[in-house]
Amino acid sequence: MPAPHFLVHSPRDNVGVIVVEGLKAGTKMLGVVTETDETRELRARHDIPIGHKVAIKPLKKGDTVIKYGEDIGKMVADAGAGEHVHVHNLKTKRW
Amino acid sequence: MAAKMSKGKRAGSNLKFNGWRRENGRVGVRNHVVILPLDDLSNAACEAVANNIKGTLALPHAYGRLQFGADLDLHFRTLIGTGSNPNVAAAVVIGIEDGWTKRVVDGIAATGKPVAGFGIEGHGDIATVAKASYKAKDYLQWASERPREECGIADLWVSTKCGESDTTTGLASCPTVGNMYDKLIPRGIHGCFGETSEITGAEHIAKSRAVNAKVGDKWMRVFQAYQDEVIEAHKVDDLSDSQPTKGNIAGGLSTIEEKALGNLEKIGRKCKFIEVLEPAESPKAGPGLYYMDTSSAAAECVTLMAAAGYAVHTFPTGQGNVIGNPIVPVIKISGNPRTVRTMGEHIDLDVSGILRRELTLDAAGDALIDMVVRTANGRLTAAEALGHREFVMTKLYRSA
Repeated sequence: MPAPHFLVHSPRDNVGVIVVEGLKAGTKMLGVVTETDETRELRARHDIPIGHKVAIKPLKKGDTVIKYGEDIGKMVADAGAGEHVHVHNLKTKRW
Repeated sequence: MAAKMSKGKRAGSNLKFNGWRRENGRVGVRNHVVILPLDDLSNAACEAVANNIKGTLALPHAYGRLQFGADLDLHFRTLIGTGSNPNVAAAVVIGIEDGWTKRVVDGIAATGKPVAGFGIEGHGDIATVAKASYKAKDYLQWASERPREECGIADLWVSTKCGESDTTTGLASCPTVGNMYDKLIPRGIHGCFGETSEITGAEHIAKSRAVNAKVGDKWMRVFQAYQDEVIEAHKVDDLSDSQPTKGNIAGGLSTIEEKALGNLEKIGRKCKFIEVLEPAESPKAGPGLYYMDTSSAAAECVTLMAAAGYAVHTFPTGQGNVIGNPIVPVIKISGNPRTVRTMGEHIDLDVSGILRRELTLDAAGDALIDMVVRTANGRLTAAEALGHREFVMTKLYRSA
């Protein structure tokens, strides 16, 4: 199997992490769920830096973002599958 | 993938290392003679002694005057703990006056190791430096003839704290440390994690990793006290400029919860923590994993764990924290290929193969155990080679 473009911690997650440098919008990405070794494909909709998150399903404003199978905050703007998820559209619920 | 996937080389059943067994039975992996200032005023004399006697190590720091209460207790605990650490063969303590200097000397002397104290008042720096230099020379030459001896892995105390985290730390370098603990804690080592602030968002998971409800409740009280006494009392905004840090955000971490979940990967899948320690408190409940109530600032945290007696530190980093410690080797582990490429001189163990699915977590954990043993046997870490000696006292509140 070629090296994946993104990794997902848990099958419950709705975001993945880009693990290659210089990812360009339009790239057909290979992803792996590390907990289950299950693979999936997704087309990148944005240029996304290594280490940054990608929505692996459509996310609406107000949705809870799940990573490690846990709540890591809420969307404050929409993001389609393949789009960049970071501080511009994801905030903690805590502070 | 199968062709490139390295198999986990099972860490051997009789892991051993060569260390220095100290007078109190603890085993060190370094053989330092430290010149320890009681207070900020004594830094100059300590540095002069270390300059006179090559191979001794001055530990300058910023505090020690007019502290009181719990803050003063922590100051003494940190200094006495540092001098008592088994990586220290002998210690010379210099303070502005004799009383508090003696308190540090007596604390270190309880380990049975050679220690002497010198007060500056009534003598001046020059005479004090001369007397302390003669003693430091004796200690250094004595220490240089102490032999290493073969020790079992259970004699090793290994702490952890991560820094300049990003999403790769949660995917690769933190779970590598967790895999090491899952394998070494059952073999009888002492482990330690902390960073009270950076467990915010994963406190329910941390609590569930306590060995029993009593320890879990104690952990929750420590966590809540931090929220109430530090965050709520001093915050001026939503902390989003501090947690996550700018470096964390550049690395892709968006929220404190996301950061905390990655952080907790350091304690693996199986181990439970058996006690909650005060900052710089030495563990007394026997082998196992401990939680220490620390700041998440790297140098403060590593200094506190070293003062508790931990002899090797494992430090996952994503964006490239360069921290070291004067007496404890700090092993850097990174899973970020860009960091490994752009600042590789700081990284002791590259686990970026986990991101490419070329390296299993099991193999990465074994590689870290191998690096821990090599470091215990004397391999200098990147931080040691680069001269990183961050020794930072934790201050609880303003001095009187």
